[in-house]
Amino acid sequence: MPLNTTAAPPFLAVLVRGLLAGLIAGLLAGAFAYVAGEPHVEAAIAIEEAATHAEPAAGAHDHEDALVGRSGQRGGLFLATGLFGAAMGGLLATAYVLLSRRRRGDDDGRSGLLLAGGALLGAVIVPFVKYPANPPAVGDPATINQRTVTYLLMVVLGLVAVWAGSLGYRSVGAQAPTWLRAAGATGGFLLVTAVSYVVMPSFQEVPADFPATLLWSFRLASLGTQVVLWTGIGLLFAALMHHERRRRAGTALPST
Amino acid sequence: MSSSASSQPVVHPAGSARLMWTALATVAVLTLLAYLVAFDQGAVSRSGMYLHELMHDGRHLLGVPCH
Repeated sequence: MPLNTTAAPPFLAVLVRGLLAGLIAGLLAGAFAYVAGEPHVEAAIAIEEAATHAEPAAGAHDHEDALVGRSGQRGGLFLATGLFGAAMGGLLATAYVLLSRRRRGDDDGRSGLLLAGGALLGAVIVPFVKYPANPPAVGDPATINQRTVTYLLMVVLGLVAVWAGSLGYRSVGAQAPTWLRAAGATGGFLLVTAVSYVVMPSFQEVPADFPATLLWSFRLASLGTQVVLWTGIGLLFAALMHHERRRRAGTALPST
Repeated sequence: MSSSASSQPVVHPAGSARLMWTALATVAVLTLLAYLVAFDQGAVSRSGMYLHELMHDGRHLLGVPCH
């Protein structure tokens, strides 16, 4: 018996599942970041402190008499990824409900996964390629406001690029072969991404003596953290929604 | 993505306008939460720099510009 006769679940039921999926995925991402990223953060802070001690006026912030010690910051990593994950899961759930109003029939479980994949591509990978994550000791404090604004703008443009991709997919038409629809999606996505990359300003602020291998390892760990987060949100949200659908189908149609 | 021509769009039982307002409020609250983690330096949290410092490593590893 197909499940397409059940009514859509109420917004709150979807939201709670999104928040829960996000919280768990955030803690998983925190665990990944703790193992894969923290050693690189430590190494970068050591470089930052060496530079600060050599030239105290240049120090952006001092980690020694800081409000929160290094062990507190390592623990705070889980608070940060957990809260951020919950927020992202809730936003994904909201987008899911708003888009489900245009969906035909009931969800077969792909919508949540596609949304999470779209968010990973648009809100993480597209901005990361233009503005990769920086460890401590990299980045000029004088440009932090500019870099924050351009980063946020890049997140928005990345999501617009994904939306343009879905427009490209649909504009080709349902009768067209899959490869042609995929090509339409690629074209729409690449058009917006390429224009954004050209138009948005670049920042080259890596100190000349900062170890290239450390920078690479840190950036890989940072990207991995976001990949774990969004993969986790997608899979957990889809699983929780599947469970919810089965529960609702069970109460609506006790005969099945 | 869901395909284009939807014959019977699923109408939410909650009602369109109410759902839109609930969704908007939810987005606002969750954006504020993400802002607290990623960018706030005490202006919203009223905790001084404490929360900002506490979540320092998370910000770096989530890829947000930090300093």
